[in-house]
Amino acid sequence: MTCREFADFIMDYLAGELPADAREPFERHLSRCHNCHEYLAQYKSTVEAGRLAFQHPEEEVPADVPADLIKAVLAARK
Amino acid sequence: MQAHAGPPAAHGEDVSLVTRLRGGDDEAFELVVRTYSGRLLAVTRRILGNDEDARDAVQDAFLSAFRSLDRFEGGSLLSTWLHRIAVNAALMRLRTRRRKPEESIEHLLPVYKDDGHHQERFSSWTEPADVSMTRAENRALVRRCIDALPDTYRTVLVLRDIEELDTEETARALGISGNAVKIRLHRARQALRTLLAPHFRSAQS
Repeated sequence: MTCREFADFIMDYLAGELPADAREPFERHLSRCHNCHEYLAQYKSTVEAGRLAFQHPEEEVPADVPADLIKAVLAARK
Repeated sequence: MQAHAGPPAAHGEDVSLVTRLRGGDDEAFELVVRTYSGRLLAVTRRILGNDEDARDAVQDAFLSAFRSLDRFEGGSLLSTWLHRIAVNAALMRLRTRRRKPEESIEHLLPVYKDDGHHQERFSSWTEPADVSMTRAENRALVRRCIDALPDTYRTVLVLRDIEELDTEETARALGISGNAVKIRLHRARQALRTLLAPHFRSAQS
């Protein structure tokens, strides 16, 4: 398996959806290719960072809402 | 996101608030708009990628919710119900707004040599994401990088990885095939990795 093929399989691998016949060569490549090992780690960190950028407990506090938006919504209802 | 976990049923206070809304109680409308605008704005903002469209979508969402109060059955929290309506309102705006010419994402994807090896040597990132993302400036940086992705890719990434819709739900919401969702999500994640790498890799390597 090449690094290019390895990268194509990353998403399915992480989702646990890689068929057994692709999983074995994928894991063999992972154990031998340091660069792909690093790429996979960064890919996982990227997904986690994206999620936490919005879902971190400190982000749960809603943004300030412009007063005119509240006014506009209430006016539009009438 | 709440849709998957078997959302908790509405609190008694949600039910009584909705009863007041159905009765046309002005104070109840104001309370709902003041309570939920901030959260809904955050949702529409991440789907649409700019403040102006996000605000319009919040307005659409409230009006649509107020028109369909009869359909709130108390099977979910009012916040969950409004969240779902806001996602739909944002997607509706996304579909109808004038399409910008699609930017290419190719320059953010990995480059390979003829033999299929990566051209780039990847050096480790200094910290795991759960540590680096404890800092507000890093969270803001990641949000800016997500906003920098072309629309087609940003929306799939937001719906799948942040709103946590599954492939089929995302496909339906965007009117594309499940396979297109998977391809776009993978490319969006790879592009985001490229954008984040200069900020997160260790200085010495």
